[in-house]
Amino acid sequence: MNEVALDLERLRQEIGEVPDPEVPVLTIADLGVLRSVEEVAGRVVVTITPTYSGCPAMSHIAERIAAVLDMHAVEGEVRTVFSPAWTTDWMSDDGRRKLTEYGIAPPHRAPAGDVLVAIRPPVHCPRCGSADTRLVSEFGSTACKAHYSCRSCSEPFDYFKEL
Amino acid sequence: MTTTTTTPLITFLLRTADDNLVLAQRLGALLARMPELEEDIAVANVCLDHLGQARSLYAHAAMLEGLGRSEDDLAMLRDERQFLNATLVEQPDVDFAHTIVRQFFVDAYQVPFYDVLCGASDPVLAGIAEKAMKEARYHLRRSATWVVRLGDGTEESHDRTQAAVDLLWRYTGDLLALDEIEETLVADGVLPSLDGVRGVFDATVASVFAEATLTLPTDPYQRLGGRAGVHTEQFGHLLPEMQRLYRSHPGARW
Ligand SMILES: [Zn+2]
Repeated sequence: MNEVALDLERLRQEIGEVPDPEVPVLTIADLGVLRSVEEVAGRVVVTITPTYSGCPAMSHIAERIAAVLDMHAVEGEVRTVFSPAWTTDWMSDDGRRKLTEYGIAPPHRAPAGDVLVAIRPPVHCPRCGSADTRLVSEFGSTACKAHYSCRSCSEPFDYFKEL
Repeated sequence: MTTTTTTPLITFLLRTADDNLVLAQRLGALLARMPELEEDIAVANVCLDHLGQARSLYAHAAMLEGLGRSEDDLAMLRDERQFLNATLVEQPDVDFAHTIVRQFFVDAYQVPFYDVLCGASDPVLAGIAEKAMKEARYHLRRSATWVVRLGDGTEESHDRTQAAVDLLWRYTGDLLALDEIEETLVADGVLPSLDGVRGVFDATVASVFAEATLTLPTDPYQRLGGRAGVHTEQFGHLLPEMQRLYRSHPGARW
């Protein structure tokens, strides 16, 4: 492995550690928002993809990445791509575990087919593990979450909704 | 500023962006005014998705145009006749039922519409559509659930929802209408055929309305014109409010 390749790998690690400002327990690597870190014509190109079209965290994440590049005096840029579209299926197992520990139920596999007839498996309460939960609202405190409530322990909780 | 849309693709991008921006403006005005906290949060999130879709589409249109205009310039410095949104999205929020029915019609349209756009030959447009379709599917899940809950709810909620359908149905034709812009894009191989969108829309509306015990108006009248910049009176109130700040402080930045 040559020197450039080594540096890129280290840079990828470090950029991957940038936290999601809305769910700080997750990094952009956990989320799958970080798509690639490559060298193109002597410059480093970092490619990210938004979780939602209007995700207000994207510009913040891009700034944090640029700061990492700056810190290492690396010439580069951050690019945003929409395709392939982000899906919660990209979330790492580590990310799912961290979410549950944080009190947010991790996402199911993304549904396919007719959205109106899709059967949704039960969401388990991240606190007590019960499957006896109910959807309070399709939307929660941020675009990526839905709001649930647990019938067993009576606690409200967020579900990182599958997309 | 004069109309500078130069290609069918730019016009098409503006039509789609304007649908999303104008709807986002309506939804944004509802913040802190929804009947319950959960719906306030929901409407904020749906608003943000539409705004995000609009921004991506404007940015792409501005890039293709190559005139140095920004996404903000396209949103804030065009005049009423230059806006190409379907008139449905500019209709006011008379009550919660109107908000939900308007959203449901938009969602039922956007799911098959973005599905077609995923096959666009322009990779940026296809990418925006791929992202937006996932959001539209989620929006539809919420709005369809509400339409059934309200329509098949109390007498009061049923009547208000039926009244919203009776008023808003005439504006759905504008969403679904295809003219020489789309025909050119399809003929040139830029877009796959959009002919199937209406069928999917009609089937979604029929199945949800059957469950919601709602009926479509028998009057076939459709008010068209939004795609050519001919808007309803309501738009004349919405636009200055949306653009006032940007126009009052040229060049201002956050
Ligand atoms: Zn519980």
